[in-house]
Amino acid sequence: MPDAPGLELIRGEIERDRPGSVLATSFDRDQAALLVDPEQVLAVLGWLRDEPGQGYRFLSSLHVADYLPAEPRFGVHYELLNRDRVERIRVKAMLADPGAEQLPEIDSCVGLFPTADAQEREAFDFFGIVFRGHPNLTRILMPDDYVGWPQRRDFPLGGEPVTFTYNERRYG
Amino acid sequence: MADRQRSARDMLRGDLEGDDLERYVEERVVTTTFEKMLNLARANSIFPLTFGLACCAIEAPISIVTARYDLARFGAEALRASPRQADLIILSGRVSVKMAPVVRRLYDQMLEPKWAISMGACSSSGGMFANYAVVQGADKFMPIDMHIPGCPPRPEAVMYGFSKLQRKIMGEPDQGWRQRYNAAGTEEWARGGPRSEPSPEAAAAYEQARELTHA
Amino acid sequence: MAELTADRTKEVMTVNIGPHHPATHGVLRLIVDLEGETVKEVTPVIGYVHTGIEKSCEDKSYWKVIPFIERMDYVSYFFQMEAYCGAVEKLIGLEIPPRAKYLRTIFLELNRIHSHLVWLGTTALDLGAISMLWYCFRERDRILDLFEMATGQRMHTRYFQVGGVIEDIPLGFEKKLAEFVAEMPVRVGQYEALLDNNEVFLQRTKGVGIVSRERLLELGVTGPLLRAAGEPWDLRKAVDHLVYPEMDFKIPVGTVGDNYDRYRVRVAEMVESTRIVEQALAALPDGPHISEDRKYVLPPRSELSTSMESLIHHFKLVTEGFRVEPGEVYNAIEGPRGELGCYVLADGSSKPARVHFRDPSFINLQAFRDMSVDTYVADMICSLGMLDPILGGVDR
Repeated sequence: MPDAPGLELIRGEIERDRPGSVLATSFDRDQAALLVDPEQVLAVLGWLRDEPGQGYRFLSSLHVADYLPAEPRFGVHYELLNRDRVERIRVKAMLADPGAEQLPEIDSCVGLFPTADAQEREAFDFFGIVFRGHPNLTRILMPDDYVGWPQRRDFPLGGEPVTFTYNERRYG
Repeated sequence: MADRQRSARDMLRGDLEGDDLERYVEERVVTTTFEKMLNLARANSIFPLTFGLACCAIEAPISIVTARYDLARFGAEALRASPRQADLIILSGRVSVKMAPVVRRLYDQMLEPKWAISMGACSSSGGMFANYAVVQGADKFMPIDMHIPGCPPRPEAVMYGFSKLQRKIMGEPDQGWRQRYNAAGTEEWARGGPRSEPSPEAAAAYEQARELTHA
Repeated sequence: MAELTADRTKEVMTVNIGPHHPATHGVLRLIVDLEGETVKEVTPVIGYVHTGIEKSCEDKSYWKVIPFIERMDYVSYFFQMEAYCGAVEKLIGLEIPPRAKYLRTIFLELNRIHSHLVWLGTTALDLGAISMLWYCFRERDRILDLFEMATGQRMHTRYFQVGGVIEDIPLGFEKKLAEFVAEMPVRVGQYEALLDNNEVFLQRTKGVGIVSRERLLELGVTGPLLRAAGEPWDLRKAVDHLVYPEMDFKIPVGTVGDNYDRYRVRVAEMVESTRIVEQALAALPDGPHISEDRKYVLPPRSELSTSMESLIHHFKLVTEGFRVEPGEVYNAIEGPRGELGCYVLADGSSKPARVHFRDPSFINLQAFRDMSVDTYVADMICSLGMLDPILGGVDR
């Protein structure tokens, strides 16, 4: 990982080119993370990938975590890896839940990292996050007609009693 | 051993008479009803369907057909890929809600007589996954003849379940604990099961046990 | 969408290689557009064994999560345990004792060999080399005997715990392992003798399913697929992890990136893994097999009858589990199929707030389209076998 000073340097350089994009840095348990503004996440990812000194060209993982009850609740994580120096950096974009029937939106990074294709679909399937510009944003793991966003924290775990005779008599 | 050889030799020479001959024939010729013979044939030449869902699939159908736990000994070597040609479906693995209609369709495509073994905890009762994505037991959408517990069950356990299924097919299902405990609480078996009515003592004990569990 | 043209040889037919198919290595559904026998477009549809494991993990204390996550990629269960336990150990800042590191390495490499054996047996079966299945599973049963000897279970052993391994290896295990290690290279030689010069196998795999290294990196593919395309990237060498820095082993790297290279890379990896196990076994140190920190690790049962504090620790750990300070960590290791990453988000309670696995099969499956377009259907099946997807990991 870039160490803590290195992380601050990266932040400084990004801020110079795109002011206001990096909201915070965090260096916790030896892992570097940049908290960025969701509207400028593509710029930051592109900078980290293409800037000559940086070269984080490999997207290891794109995943979402639901930080409920903290607001904003959805954190979209991009785990980037620089294979030449073997350094990882995490880019986090926090999205708020617009409420009611609306879904949170963020730009899709499929153009920068084609590996994000299936991973963004998975994020959409489980959290209901819309990735603007994704070629085929449909459910990938749940059935196509499923209603609900299963891995959100307020979605119930589910499950139903097993068909034992005892249960049948009790639960009808 | 020498006795059998001697009697065989006498038989071939035409020396066996009367009772000896009767006994000789009885020992060697299986006389039975057509049904029983048919069931014997069915039980010993089951064609399982190559159907693996998840982890249990590595233990069966892959591991039990390999050399150590040879399923071919039981006549079930010919695993068929098409459900039209198979008569046993082994549900090896967790049945997710997306897969359940597919499994049901496969089961419907199989021709009678057909059997289903639910292998492992996940297909018998949802296993450890009591959540939105796993059907809590394949019993919810299709009839299952044999449940094999385990996560995953050892191949020996699958063989045991398989041989139990064979005995069930032959018309003599193992009664096991149901006989010991008068089948209290499993009324779908005790009442008018595949054989005859339970004995009066068993019926009385059953009624008493039912009173107790209802209370 | 079938297009009827006057020229029947150009008609495109959509075929559903459904979730139940003998050659799909699990419940993978492929919707294939065929023009004659040439594949024009292939769309994998997944989710048929989605189990909601990640959601279930949020409901369980940290150590109870271990049996859940090991059932994701069901042939490489030790790797999932390692990724998760490593992540939690990073979150807590717990050091595992050296003996545990060596034991973990031994079991991980045994699991790698096991995974490659299952791959080789089933893929050769798909290609028609049916006898490979029996030979590979003969070795696999020996590895499972070793697992059963040490852990009590053939598969899904829940052997790794946060802090080390749950139990020390029994007497006689080292001897049996040494016998296995001595024989394994001979067996791999037998597999190579069966397939390497087999004309049918060579014709089916050479020059088939080539995807360039750059494209694979773009798609996020790692593991033997990437190494077969010529990129020497292996997290065991790149990152200091467990005892891999002290082991002397090579990374097999291919040249062309076709299916034959993928086969050779994995078979060579089996031999290298055997060497790692051999070295780790020789260097196995004495000592505790799990960390001594009673706040996170169960005390040994012998202490429970003498020490009140141990009893209290035991009680707390079993009922509630240990608590982890808020934070998040991403831990990546090299699984048999590629980079297996585990992301754990802790919120201060005794249950993880989010567990997510970056499963290599899920990402590698995106390369499948590139591997099979403009090849024959039979080549597509071959590529699918060489891709080695495990649908439990894909669907989680």
